[in-house]
Amino acid sequence: MTTPQVQRQIVYRRPKALNDVPTHYCPGCTHGIAHRLVAEVLDEMGVIEKTIGVASVGCSVFGYNYFECDFVEAPHGRAPAMATGIKRVIPDSIVFTYQGDGDLVSIGMGEITHAAARGENITVVFINNAIYGMTGGQMAPTTLPGQKTTSSQNGRDVKRMGYPIRMSEMLATLDGASYVVRRSLHDPANIRKAKKAIRTAFEVQHQGLGFSLVELLSTCPINWGMSPVEALKWVEEHMVPVYPLGDYKVSPTVAALRIR
Amino acid sequence: MAKELLKGNIAIAEAAIRAGLEAYFGYPITPQTELLEWMSKRMPELGRIFLQAESELAAINMVYGAACTGARVMSSSSSPGVSLMMEGLSYIAGTEVPMVLVDVMRGGPGLGNIAPSQGDYFQMVHGGGHGDYYPIALAPASVQEAIDLTVLSFDLAEKYRSIVFVLADGSIGQMMEPAELPEMRPMKKEYPAWATRGAQGRPRNILTSIYVDAEDEEQTNLRLLRRWKEIETNEVRYRAYYLDDAEIVVVGFGTAGRVALSAVRTARAQGIPVGLLRPITLRPFPTQQIRELAKQAQSFLVVEMNGGQMLDDVRLAVAGQAPVDFYGRMGGVVPMSEEIEREIQRLAHNPVPLYADVRQAWMQRLLQTKTKGAW
Ligand SMILES: Cc1ncc(C[n+]2csc(CCOP(=O)(O)OP(=O)(O)O)c2C)c(N)n1
Ligand code: SF4
Repeated sequence: MTTPQVQRQIVYRRPKALNDVPTHYCPGCTHGIAHRLVAEVLDEMGVIEKTIGVASVGCSVFGYNYFECDFVEAPHGRAPAMATGIKRVIPDSIVFTYQGDGDLVSIGMGEITHAAARGENITVVFINNAIYGMTGGQMAPTTLPGQKTTSSQNGRDVKRMGYPIRMSEMLATLDGASYVVRRSLHDPANIRKAKKAIRTAFEVQHQGLGFSLVELLSTCPINWGMSPVEALKWVEEHMVPVYPLGDYKVSPTVAALRIR
Repeated sequence: MAKELLKGNIAIAEAAIRAGLEAYFGYPITPQTELLEWMSKRMPELGRIFLQAESELAAINMVYGAACTGARVMSSSSSPGVSLMMEGLSYIAGTEVPMVLVDVMRGGPGLGNIAPSQGDYFQMVHGGGHGDYYPIALAPASVQEAIDLTVLSFDLAEKYRSIVFVLADGSIGQMMEPAELPEMRPMKKEYPAWATRGAQGRPRNILTSIYVDAEDEEQTNLRLLRRWKEIETNEVRYRAYYLDDAEIVVVGFGTAGRVALSAVRTARAQGIPVGLLRPITLRPFPTQQIRELAKQAQSFLVVEMNGGQMLDDVRLAVAGQAPVDFYGRMGGVVPMSEEIEREIQRLAHNPVPLYADVRQAWMQRLLQTKTKGAW
């Protein structure tokens, strides 16, 4: 009997920038996918040794356990201010924040807006899952009209609780913002697009072109009370119409950027 | 360097710069603003970082980020702004990174006013943020001392990986006095091993104030406490005036201490055996020194520009060995030397009983004098 000669090739492996530890995320949560995409980009760019991550308060609070780079952990909402402090002192470092929608849109609205307005040369990975995950599923500023959460149990009544905030659209109005886009993590095609956007955002920073932010529509199956598959579908059917995917700000210098 | 006529706020700013300040983040608020303005001009001139933040909340977190890189970093503010910084200060304490904050105190609570006050003693000295932590608090009583303590504050912050407050009341910030600035120090080139500056040729560093396991948090609390004990042993600073044979001991810090000194001098000239202890470190507090004095003193008089916030610390130090009386002005009013002198006279002739309600009695005296229109 002859064994056939099989050519073996590794097509998929853990990025070097990602630690070999199990995460604390719930099954089916897209935080894990977002982490992986960021890690792949750090690997590809070969910048892990000069990267400093800023974790925020939310489910990704332990993000620092998963990345193989220096990390700090900010108070709730303040990650862009901490990132500013680091980046100003070490301008040739790569500094990114990783923030949820409660963190970035609610309590941290001031810090993110002013970091963008200053054109702070940092990269923001913004996870929009339309809910407060960590504290058990309360309403976020991004919660959809009518969406049930533990603090809007009959559904978000926009008359009393206000309307969702479209952060990318808002930040895109600021002259200081260079690259602001929204992508989604609900299927492989969109994940590939998200990866490309994250890569672009880090390149923008690497080349000193200013503030970059990638908003990622994300799932929270646990607090939405759905299976992981239902949750992905819910993103596509309910979130994307309220938060349309697209490029909201691409400054001329960023548009001219060629990524190898 | 020769003495020059310097405004307190600017002297503090320039002293910090000469002590090797790498980055300043702040937000305008009276009576501190000249400090920020000076930084805005000088820091960029020297190729260093100045950034006017969108709020004190942002400013303290920018400081937090920069402190994580091991850089010499500071902010400055005044009372309401410092209140807003408390969350960040607690995180900085929990992360054990060094930083300096100058508080040029004004009248309060609330928006209060912009007149000089010492109303932030509780908030600063006993740590206004949440959790167990122990900031160092230095209280200058002159422009020269503000310069010297600002320089010292950076060294202490780095030595103990601690928060250091320079607690100046509005008059220290606003007044002009002849003072001497230090030489410009060279910038530091080496950064501590814990700093998050990029994991080049070493394992990654993580700086966080999270200890999910209660046992781990307790270990951290203990580490902070042990470091604090070391600070208590090494760093108590105070000035003693006419204390050798003092039967009445006045205790006051900053501007109140300075005004008290002239009252003490006048009373001395009249033959009253009175002296002054002026704490320079409000934290660590000169507890032992006061306890020693309590053995010889008939009574103590605490003088403050607040409603008696340091009073409790003096009482704890005296530990019932002698009565501790109180005199204060609040809301941004600076006491006159004559008022304190009158208090010393009163104590010399009519000492209070050991456990009298001195705060109540003081309020009554204030009220009476006010209604009599003596001031
Ligand atoms: C000052 C402060 N307020 C409130 C909290 C409690 N808290 C922790 S996480 C969180 C919400 C996080 O939600 P989000 O940013 O959407 O992230 P997710 O958990 O969904 O990933 C809140 C309110 C806190 N830690 N600090
Ligand atoms: S609570 Fe929601 S956001 Fe948090 S880990 Fe679980 S699924 Fe993800």
